[in-house]
Order: sequence, then C-alpha cells, then structure tokens
Amino acid sequence: MKILLKLISLVGLAMSIFPPILFFLGKMELSSMKLWMGIGMVVWMISAPFWINKPSEQ
Amino acid sequence: MSNRFFKKIVADTNEYERTPIPENELKGNKSFLGMYAGEHTAGTEFVIGPLFVAHGVGALDLVLGLLIGNFLAVLSWGFITAPIATAKRLTLYYQLERIAGKNVVRWYNLVNALMFCFLAGSMIAVSATAVGIPFDLEMPTLNDWLPRTPGWIITVLLMGAVITLVAIQGYSQVSKFANIMSPWMILVFFAAAIVGLAQLGVNSFESMVTIAQEVIWNGVPLPGMSRFSIWHIIFFAWFCNMAMHIGMSDLTILRYAKSWKSGFSVFAGVYLGHFVAWIASGILYAVFLQANADSQEFAPGQIAYQTLGIAGAVCVIIAGWTTANPTIYRAGLALQGIFPKVPTWKITAIVGGITSLAACFPALVMKLLDFVALYGLLLMPMGAVIFADFYFSKKMGFKAEGALSSGSNFSLPALLSWVLTLGFCLGLNFFYGVEIFFLGLPGWFVAVAIFVMLSKINYPQTKSLAA
Repeated sequence: MKILLKLISLVGLAMSIFPPILFFLGKMELSSMKLWMGIGMVVWMISAPFWINKPSEQ
Repeated sequence: MSNRFFKKIVADTNEYERTPIPENELKGNKSFLGMYAGEHTAGTEFVIGPLFVAHGVGALDLVLGLLIGNFLAVLSWGFITAPIATAKRLTLYYQLERIAGKNVVRWYNLVNALMFCFLAGSMIAVSATAVGIPFDLEMPTLNDWLPRTPGWIITVLLMGAVITLVAIQGYSQVSKFANIMSPWMILVFFAAAIVGLAQLGVNSFESMVTIAQEVIWNGVPLPGMSRFSIWHIIFFAWFCNMAMHIGMSDLTILRYAKSWKSGFSVFAGVYLGHFVAWIASGILYAVFLQANADSQEFAPGQIAYQTLGIAGAVCVIIAGWTTANPTIYRAGLALQGIFPKVPTWKITAIVGGITSLAACFPALVMKLLDFVALYGLLLMPMGAVIFADFYFSKKMGFKAEGALSSGSNFSLPALLSWVLTLGFCLGLNFFYGVEIFFLGLPGWFVAVAIFVMLSKINYPQTKSLAA
C-alpha cells in the first residue's frame, strides 16, 4: 500500500515538472500546463501525507 | 476558543525548554534536511529574488555572489552553531540565561520575539497576496507601508490564526508539515524558472545567457532603488540568516541533532532556497515587468499565479506558511524565557496574534532586505557571546556561564557586549556610511573581543586549592 502511495505521489511530482518542460520545448500550451500542474499539486497533497512522515512515527 | 481546545491539541507536547534533550528524542539528518529545505524555500524567497532584480544586480554578480555567500552560511551553521548545540543540547534562551543572567536575557528575548514576529508577519503577508486572488483583493505596491483595504486586513488575520494553530503544536508538527510540502514546493520553483525563461524567449544556452544579462539582471536598478554589487549578494546570502547561525538561534533546533554534522544539512535548504528559488523568483518578476512595464504592484502571489496558475498561487501560500511556522515557534520560545511558568502553547498563541497584526502592514514585505539584515544584526552579538563563552572561557582564563557560576541574574560583560557592539555598528553606518548588509562581520569580532576582555575582569578563573 505504501509503495502504491509513493508511486501516486511521484506521479503528482512528475505532473508538476514535466508540463513546464513541455511548455519550454513548445509542445504544450500555457493553459494546459497550468491545468496539469494544478492536478499534480492535488495528487501530491492527497497522497504524500500518508507515507512521508511514517518512518519517524514508528 | 476555550483553553480546553488548546490543551487538547497540545497534549503530550514536551519542548524541553529548560533541560537538555534526552537521548531518545534525538533526530537524524533526514529530519533537519526536511525542516531546513522547507524553511529556506519560503515565502520570503518570492520577495528577495525580485528585490535583487529591482536593485539592478548583474547576472554574473548574482550567481557568483550566491554561490560564495551560501557556502559561507553553511560553514557558519556547521562549524559555529551545531557543535555548541550538540554539546549543550539547550535552547538558545536557556543557554544565554546561564551566561548573561535572567535580567539581560529578558531584554534580549523581547527584542528577539518581536523580530521573529515581524519576520513571520512578512511571510503571512506574502501568502496573503495569493489567498486574495479569488476575492479580487487589491494588492500592495512597492511604495505601500499601510494596508490598502479592510479585505487585506481580514485576509492576513485569518491566515495568521490558522498558522498559529499549527505552530502551537510544536516542533514535531512543524517538521512534519515541512517534510510533506518541501519536495513539491522546490519543484514548483524549478518550474517557475523554466516557464519564466520560456516566456522571456529563451530557446538555447546562448539566448539564456544573453537574456539573463540584458533582460533579467541587467545591472540597471529600478527608479529609486540603490544598485547592488557582488559584495551585497555575498553578504546578504551569508547573513540573511545571521540570527540563526552566528546569532545562535538554531541552537534551539540543532540541539535535537544526533551529531554536530547535522549542521551541514542546511546546505540543501540554502542552495535550493537561496539559490534556485531566488533566481526563479527573479525570473518570474522579470516576466511580470516585461508584461507590466509601468506597474508598481508587488504581489508575489499574483506574479506566481499569472505564470504557473493555481499551483503557483498555492506554492506562495505554502512557502510563506512553512517559514512562518518555525519562526512563530522560535518567537514563542523567546518569550518563554521571560515567562517561564506560562505554557509554551499559550505564549505561541499570543505571538501568533502579534504576528498577524504585523502582517497587516505591507512595509514588512517592501523593505524586507533591510529588515532581514537589521534583525540579524540586532541578535548577532549574543550569539558571539555564546561562542566566546564556549570556546574561550578556559583558554582565556574566565569562568564559563558567568551568571550561573556567580549566582547572579545579571552579567555586565554580556550586556555591554550587546550594547557596545550595536553602538559600534551604528557608528560605522552613521559616520562611515557602511551599509547595513556589511555590519555583521566586523560586529561579530567586536562582540567576541568585548565579552572576553570584560569576562576576564568580572569572572576571573580562580585556581583550585587541590591544584
């Protein structure tokens, strides 16, 4: 379960950085980039709290 | 809200205000990496980067200055603060009380708490420039000192209340919050730089160098702003956290470290926050200036939202939050030194209230560079006193922790080191025109020298009869 959550978080991070790179390369419009970054942010915020502080709590 | 509510959320919180940290509470490098990465990738970075642009620094001066200045800051944390923190494992305030006495520390703590409140307030104000976007809030401009609208006041007060509730829960909650947010936030800063460069027309390394030198950091200050050289950048990067490293505020944080080497874990924070983030936010501001040549508006939230959308605005909010939290926590500990019998959570709640009021004034944001330099300078001499007491008491033949060893509540050497050093710095500024950014270095040596000389007179080491 924890691995799955980490993967989801990773997808969230990827959606925060790859759209800007695609925009820089001229492969994506600014509005689409903003949308994908917003989705990436939500994915990260929902998934990361479930695993990121777990080692220190155990 | 009732006391019962606050007591419920702070249950089982022990911050070890007047005792060394026990072995089972020590934390590894990971905890400090997260804490520092979150703390130094902050709301202030959205202000400092643009202000460098406004001050007309050159591109090469900026990059070299940041590399050198941040390196000196990491060395200061690693070699000056962390060894003392892990040897003593006491808060700055209790350590200072043992050296300077309660009566001196009361004044120090008051100044310290107020400075932290104002700093945290500036971060809440920065966050508010993003929170206000959906409400079409009128944003402050570069020349604003007072709040423009009631809407601004309501926004910062609400934000202050929420941030204070998190800070009340202590170091662990702050650390967890920073751990969760910092990886995403750091990526958003990288994204800001990439998108900003694209919007400025960069499509190759050569064009990036040209645009950096001719458009972003073109060496021409905005009207009414002084011009910054490489020396300004080096000293600002080194001393923007002067209160924390050579001023010893981070004794309170690093006392939890298993090893003194954890002091170097700050490198991740300063190079991501005070290098990448300052450059990224400078690029964002250059994009804003290109699109709005005559605009005096200075609203980091609005600037980030225009370029990155909702993710940019949320990043500004979170960035301000993750720095305001530990700053309010530190301010709470400072006041704890004055009112040791009042619970930490109650003190933190009061500090949060003062911080929220301070955040109403945009002047804290517009004059941030000067304010950051001033607050470090005001607190630095007491850090020098702790350093001198720790390293020179035996070698120079005076009693360590003078107030404690003499059973006094007042140490003249500590008080005079503080006051005379600030007088010396004021003199350098007033009579020789030395700018505030450059006063910390000579001031630190003067503070150490005064404390050692006066301690040798006031607390001479007596030879034991057994020897």
